[in-house]
Amino acid sequence: MTIQQIVFIVFALIITAGGVGVLVQRNPLYSAFSLILSFIGLAAMYILMGAQFLGVIQIVVYAGAIMVLFVFVIMLLNVRDDELHPDRHKYLLYIGVPLGLGLIAEVFYVVTRVQIAPAITDMHATGTVGTVERIGVGLLTEYLLPFEATSVLILMAVIGAMHLAKREKE
Amino acid sequence: MPLLNILGYPTIYETFAILPELLLVLFGCAALVLDVLLPRERKELTAYFCLAGIGTALLALWQVFETNRIRLPFTVFYGMIAVDGFSLTLRLVALVAAALAIAMAVKYLDVEEEQHGEYYALILFATSGMMFLSSGVDFITLYVGLELMALSVYVLVGYLKWNVQFHEKRGEKSSEAALKYFLMGAFSSAILLFGFSIIFGLTGTTNVEQVAGLLPGLFKANMLTTTGDARLMAIMGIALVAAGLFFKIAAVPFHMWAPDAYEGAPTSVTAFMSVGPKAASYAMLARIFLVAFAPLRVTGDPQIPGWAVMFGVVAALTMTVGNVAAVTQQNAKRLMAYSSISHAGFILLGFVAGNEMGYAGAVFYLMAYTVMNLGAFGVLLSLRSEERVGDKLDDLNGLYQKQPALALMMLVCLLSLAGIPGTGGFMGKFYLFGGLIQAGNKWMNILAVVAALNVVISLYYYARFIKAMFTGKEKEEAPVTLSPPLHATIVLTVILVLVMGLYPQPFSQLSRFAVERLGPPTPPQAAQK
Repeated sequence: MTIQQIVFIVFALIITAGGVGVLVQRNPLYSAFSLILSFIGLAAMYILMGAQFLGVIQIVVYAGAIMVLFVFVIMLLNVRDDELHPDRHKYLLYIGVPLGLGLIAEVFYVVTRVQIAPAITDMHATGTVGTVERIGVGLLTEYLLPFEATSVLILMAVIGAMHLAKREKE
Repeated sequence: MPLLNILGYPTIYETFAILPELLLVLFGCAALVLDVLLPRERKELTAYFCLAGIGTALLALWQVFETNRIRLPFTVFYGMIAVDGFSLTLRLVALVAAALAIAMAVKYLDVEEEQHGEYYALILFATSGMMFLSSGVDFITLYVGLELMALSVYVLVGYLKWNVQFHEKRGEKSSEAALKYFLMGAFSSAILLFGFSIIFGLTGTTNVEQVAGLLPGLFKANMLTTTGDARLMAIMGIALVAAGLFFKIAAVPFHMWAPDAYEGAPTSVTAFMSVGPKAASYAMLARIFLVAFAPLRVTGDPQIPGWAVMFGVVAALTMTVGNVAAVTQQNAKRLMAYSSISHAGFILLGFVAGNEMGYAGAVFYLMAYTVMNLGAFGVLLSLRSEERVGDKLDDLNGLYQKQPALALMMLVCLLSLAGIPGTGGFMGKFYLFGGLIQAGNKWMNILAVVAALNVVISLYYYARFIKAMFTGKEKEEAPVTLSPPLHATIVLTVILVLVMGLYPQPFSQLSRFAVERLGPPTPPQAAQK
């Protein structure tokens, strides 16, 4: 067993444990924390696959920014224990379990049967995909225009959000 | 200029190709600053400033065409943006639609008491997105352009505020429409992206021309044994992309958002979103299906129908459902929403026809539709006053007695929408039907008959407008707010509609210039399908 395989198995277990934690915790805050665990494991997986940038972004954006947002919302809503009725949605089990099994079957099928396009395997072979350097160069050359257009998009979204949220004086 | 390009960065000459978009963004940002500087009662100056911005962009667009005339078509920014007849023509349509929509909105926003610079800035940003959609030849550029346009329009739909006392109801409707539109739009964008990612996974590229080169390989018989499902994956990717785009153009069965969004939005926004973003979405649809997926328009395999079959079914459904639903509407904006759905179906006929006449017809129809729809909405805008919302069909009652000239101009726009000879709408339908019949295929002839029946249905509900205007009796007096910019816009659209109908040569030449390089030469199988 190579070191990579060991690392993979360790983090795969962490991801799974985090995922199960999200489901079984009764307190939504604990569920959110379990999700962070799962995200951190996922980030390690990305790094293992040579996508360092994606791994870092996974931690910064998901485990950092988005989870803070989740926790904020949960704490602001502040749902009391007696208002939670986990039993009311029992029937969801009968929908969720077959869907989950279907997803597992699908992933299994993709992993064993589907061939990846040659262009993508080439990128992996040369080891140029996913590094910070490659992404930086890509953003400032090939993808310069979409990158800049995205900045206009974000500016526009900020202006729009401000306009929609602004309350006028009576 | 190879000397300037040592570093591999786009040269100033490449940047020049997107000068119109750059100008729009600059003017949009400047308009936001200007809005803060202007006193409350002079805010409408921002509108004229933005009109000047669009004028400058039009000049820049002309310069781009003029200086590159001989070397068309070419791509810039590492193959992200194409400068060709199609992109130039559709960018022109986007700019004209934006200019007319801004000119119409100036006084309307005063009546709504919502005169802010953000409105015009958002229209400029949306227009720059529309122009990226027209010229993008890469899935990534196209997607960013689409979101730039769509997000601006979501905000514009929810533009009216809740808390202005007098218009409480309107603000509520506007916010509800925006939320519905936003949720549905975000969902459809996700579906579109899913489709893109599948296509990228199969071909390893996001460039439309490279995708076109690689897709047929997936459908070769020997690929079946090695990959098993490459064909299924490709079909799924194409279907998902089609679903996402059908949503954007409001084709049946993805049209449910349109009536609510059109009704709730401020009327000036409804006018804009029914033409500009729609035309730009068609540009994206054309770029993806007539270039990237062009080899699969018709497959040689009898078991796998090409996407032309899907487009034919969707076109027939869209026309029929849109028209039948429009017949019973009482709200003028809702009626126009269903009418615009049915027009979306007509434009799809050009894609189904798959020959130059069909493609050129679709572009021509888009141009005619832009001006005639804006003209009709201009008249609806003039009905809005302090006393009434002016979006009921009955509000048109007695318009002929009050404003005969306005009623006659509305008549021209409505007749054009219905497709009566002598108007731009007729010529557009003429080319589209011509394209179908030229394709000389049994199913396409049936489609042409369905379309012709739909023209008859649409005549009925456009006649309801005409009946209200000329014979309807007004219950309570309400003034018509016809400001000089609005009046000028309506007159301009009517003139354009008539010119397109009576002297269509320049416009049909422009449409043919636009589609020169779209679509593959028709493969031999097409004739037998």
